[in-house]
Amino acid sequence: MNVRVNGTLLGIALLLVVGLIAPLLVYPTFMMKVWCFALFACAFNLLLGYTGLLSFGHAAFLSVGGYLAGHACKAWGFTPELGILLGTCAGGAVGYVFGWLAIRRSGIYFAMITLALSQMIYFVWLQAPFTGGEDGLQGVPRGRAFGLIDLDNIYAMYYFVFAVFMAGFLLIYRTIHSPFGQVLKSIRENEPRAISLGYDVDRFKVLAFTLSAALSGTAGATKTLVFQLASLSDAHWHMSGEVVLMTLLGGLGTVFGPVVGALLVITLQNQLPQGVGAWVPVIMGSIFVVCVTAFRRGIVGELQALFRR
Amino acid sequence: MTEDLILETRGLTKEFKGFIAVNDVGMRIRRGTIHALIGPNGAGKTTTFNLLTKFHAPTRGTILFNGQDITTEKPAQIARRGIVRSFQISAVFPHLTVLENVRIALQRKLGLSFQFWRSERVLDQLNGRAMELLDAVDLGRFADLATVKLPYGRKRALEIATTLALDPEMMLLDEPMAGMGHEDVGRVTALIRKVAANRTILMVEHHLSVVEELGDTITVLARGAVLAEGTYAEVSSNPLVREAYIGVSDG
Ligand SMILES: Nc1ncnc2c1ncn2[C@@H]1O[C@H](COP(=O)(O)OP(=O)(O)O)[C@@H](O)[C@H]1O
Ligand SMILES: [Mg+2]
Repeated sequence: MNVRVNGTLLGIALLLVVGLIAPLLVYPTFMMKVWCFALFACAFNLLLGYTGLLSFGHAAFLSVGGYLAGHACKAWGFTPELGILLGTCAGGAVGYVFGWLAIRRSGIYFAMITLALSQMIYFVWLQAPFTGGEDGLQGVPRGRAFGLIDLDNIYAMYYFVFAVFMAGFLLIYRTIHSPFGQVLKSIRENEPRAISLGYDVDRFKVLAFTLSAALSGTAGATKTLVFQLASLSDAHWHMSGEVVLMTLLGGLGTVFGPVVGALLVITLQNQLPQGVGAWVPVIMGSIFVVCVTAFRRGIVGELQALFRR
Repeated sequence: MTEDLILETRGLTKEFKGFIAVNDVGMRIRRGTIHALIGPNGAGKTTTFNLLTKFHAPTRGTILFNGQDITTEKPAQIARRGIVRSFQISAVFPHLTVLENVRIALQRKLGLSFQFWRSERVLDQLNGRAMELLDAVDLGRFADLATVKLPYGRKRALEIATTLALDPEMMLLDEPMAGMGHEDVGRVTALIRKVAANRTILMVEHHLSVVEELGDTITVLARGAVLAEGTYAEVSSNPLVREAYIGVSDG
């Protein structure tokens, strides 16, 4: 047990060190993208890895956070941190409704309901007057964090994004290791038994779904500030698939897996030579199949299994 | 003589797409007794448990608990009322530790199960009680082990400890000794007798020696209907029961 706790502390320390020195070694914009997706994948993992619910509509929450924060910062003059707060709350609110509707079914039906609902959100963004349709919501200002720190400075922006990521990551970590998290794990492990112990599992599932969606909204809002753009691709079902891929590659139900998975996927997307263009999905797909077949527990999951032996 | 009934069913019936799995079952379970439910495979015993704990909605009939109609309540509500069940197939939380399995049952009454912002260390206050429960089923030394690593018989014992953690007024045990080795059967029989001291138990069991030893009242179910009810001596000398069990009448 101690080995595990120390391993986690070590991991968090490592994450901090990497996060702090990364912009000296690689493009800050690249790393900011990684932190946004890492938070998105961690939020998704809270639901799939720790509650056992497979959502296939998480792009909806990313995009709700992204569009609302973008619009608020651009049209209403919100400061970036308030924009992110709004994106988080909006993601959570939409997640609450989705969750409430979807938990009535389980397994594949649950996934299909979340997919259908997220397609509706996609349609809303396509039609809404403020989203810029196919062009996306462009020219979102980064503004001044807390009215003080000018985020047009790339390093200020980087550390702001990293701070948002760490806050979200630590909240998820705490949630997993809370009394609530214990109940979530028991639902994942054996739902009928959790019911027979007197837990209203539906209420726990809805709260887990809401938290996961809210933090996905945080990730989307932050991403919009980084790229100064919210676009339809954030709401597309491809995006819902990508977060599943990141989580599984890195290690489902592990604390650090989604971070590693996000880093890997974003790196591959960035590093594949320009020529392969249309072949990216095929290459990603092949890597996914090989990895999931060879390392069923994902990268971090396999490493943990190795150390525990 | 007025009987003190804890649970009563009237005309309890469950149909699955026209197939009648439980047919017009009336059961009267007296408080503080061990009531055994027996019958051949497919008789409808597990289905009856699912009806009593609301995992299935009855097609017809009523269920009274302490005189109150609980027919339309939800499974988690039934559990909070004090009717707690175990499952025919071992129902543990495999990737939680043995201690955590019991603690999750104790946790509910603290009323902090929705607090996602608090450290799980607040649950450590329950460890003492959890260890007592584990010791009672001889699992104390496995407390920190991942439950998935326990042998089958031990998992069943853990399940009983978890059920006991809720201190239920009534315990429903579905074949608690299925798949257990000989010594385990003896140990769990003794355990059930011990925990029955201040509660009511309804149990499904195939080991007839256990039924004979523990059962105050026995209900025999066959093809969904009550075939006979009474003490072990009464039931076992009933020709209908012998026929249902052995397939031939010795009369
Ligand atoms: N969910 C279900 N759907 C359809 N038939 C079922 C269902 N559950 C049980 N049955 C049927 O009801 C009958 C009684 O099953 P069960 O209660 O499990 O018997 P027992 O526990 O006495 O062995 C069996 O014929 C079984 O196939
Ligand atoms: Mg059965």
